[in-house]
Amino acid sequence: MAFFFLLIPWLTDSRYFLHIFVMIFFFGYLATCWNILGGFAGQHSFGHAVFVGIGAYTSSLLFAHTGLSPWFGMWIGGLLAGLVGLFFGFLSFRYGLKGPYFLLVTIAFAEVFVYIALNVRAIGGSSGITIPLAGDAPFFFQFNGKMPYYYIILMMLGLVVWISYIIQRSRMGYYLIAIRENEDAAQALGINLMRHKLWATVISAFFSALGGTFYAQYILFIDPPSILGLGLSIEIVIYAIVGGIGTILGPAFGAFLLFPIAEVTRGVFAGQTGGIHLMVYGLLLVLCVIFMPGGIMGRLSQWKFLREDGPSKR
Amino acid sequence: MDVAALVQAIVTGLVMGGIYALVAAGLTLIFGVMRIINLVHGEFLMVAMYGSFFMNSLFGLDPYISVVVILPLLFLIGSGFFRFLISPILSAPEINQILLTIGASIFIQNLALLLFTADFRTIALSYSRIKIQLGPGIIDLPQLVALLSSILLTLILYWLLKSTDLGRWIRAASQNREAALLTGIDVRRVYLFTFGIGTACVGVAGSLLSGIYYITPSIGWLFLLTAFVVVVLGGMGNFVGALLGGFIIALTESVGSLFMPIALVPVLKFIIFIILLLFRPQGLFGLKRL
Repeated sequence: MAFFFLLIPWLTDSRYFLHIFVMIFFFGYLATCWNILGGFAGQHSFGHAVFVGIGAYTSSLLFAHTGLSPWFGMWIGGLLAGLVGLFFGFLSFRYGLKGPYFLLVTIAFAEVFVYIALNVRAIGGSSGITIPLAGDAPFFFQFNGKMPYYYIILMMLGLVVWISYIIQRSRMGYYLIAIRENEDAAQALGINLMRHKLWATVISAFFSALGGTFYAQYILFIDPPSILGLGLSIEIVIYAIVGGIGTILGPAFGAFLLFPIAEVTRGVFAGQTGGIHLMVYGLLLVLCVIFMPGGIMGRLSQWKFLREDGPSKR
Repeated sequence: MDVAALVQAIVTGLVMGGIYALVAAGLTLIFGVMRIINLVHGEFLMVAMYGSFFMNSLFGLDPYISVVVILPLLFLIGSGFFRFLISPILSAPEINQILLTIGASIFIQNLALLLFTADFRTIALSYSRIKIQLGPGIIDLPQLVALLSSILLTLILYWLLKSTDLGRWIRAASQNREAALLTGIDVRRVYLFTFGIGTACVGVAGSLLSGIYYITPSIGWLFLLTAFVVVVLGGMGNFVGALLGGFIIALTESVGSLFMPIALVPVLKFIIFIILLLFRPQGLFGLKRL
């Protein structure tokens, strides 16, 4: 199946079609990153867009002001996001925030960032940042066609899926799952809660930020609501949950399934306010929670031949 | 320091505080009893506001009168919501319940967007403009009514919990679900009522707010976040705490706006929220148990 994806850009001439795939892979990427913290470690963050935004803003600002290629800026963004994640994670876990309280804190934390970003002129304020056009400049992470972006995000997606796989099968994966299922028991067994939760946070944040840079270079415009906002955070979570929280392919699958629905509803109801796809998302989320808490992958993995190795099922 | 401005800020803060408390009352009740973080609460507020608006524009009913209709309506909506959507997942992990309310919230908000568009609506009452002088401060009459109503509502809720049978059952169920079941209390029914009452509260809030604020689909979420801060500040499950918490937050905002750029004022409350959650999640008046 992976081969199929490699071939798609050669099979179609439609830029729109490619764009859809790029976005699917992008959201799948972000959802998979989220899943490391939310699915494996069980710490549901509703402010993950913060990390994405930090990545996007860092690389874009560096590029716009110093000309540093986003290929380098990307890593700095990731590092910064990792540090922010570390700081935030440390505070939250140190003071024992769990479950719903953790969730609320992530929302508050993200909102603070949004407000600050909206009000600091130096980083664009509410007008956002327009990434300087460099034309077809591979060295500066800009391309004229969609195809290079397609392959880049596909590779990134493959990378984080692979990382998820590695984590899940590693000792850390077992620890995270133990923490997720029962923190107290895990601690009683001698698992260092803080350390592993922090690792999950940092890894998740780092890669999310890289995704942010990709977005900035693809769309060439970022502003606080689009890249830091609660909307993006919730969207990521929905993909991960409907697709299958805690599974490896689930989050990406969720994006695969849901994003086209959004596009279709946007197309069919053209002219209406763009909220219909959100209605569908909301409805799906509700139905999913009631009937399929493990997401689609969770349900599918009850069929033996699709079962993933390892105790990933929720 | 301009004293008049300060006094006005305090007056405005008290009024807004009352409004926040109204919205928070239902939220804190639901959380205190069922430990459900009800993120669809904001949308119910929005629904109530639209309800008042249409009562007004279609039938010419004053919001303070149509509240008589809105209250039971919201009670039914809340109970229905609980019965059909929450009840099935009561024993699921908390995060799932929260997700469900988020999903419902997204759905309802966008449905409203579809039906009513994002245009701001307002209700203009013949007496909206009446201002009352309190020393150097000025309050609009509708705002004053909202403030007094929130105090009244808090007292009513308090009485309800302390002195009625239903109130006793609610308190029992919130303290220890199993024990309550053992004493023969129909806990599920209690939860149903609690959710209904909580939603009815926000219905009242919506009716009163419709004369003060603009009405648009996203208004619910706006108030919800603040209501959460208030709830945590006052202690989850504690109405009087919610009232006081409402005042504190609103005063922080209104006095804060005198000292910092107005766009940054919301950051204050989020920071307070974060600090609270980290260091004192039970809030000012809550019990030690979380």
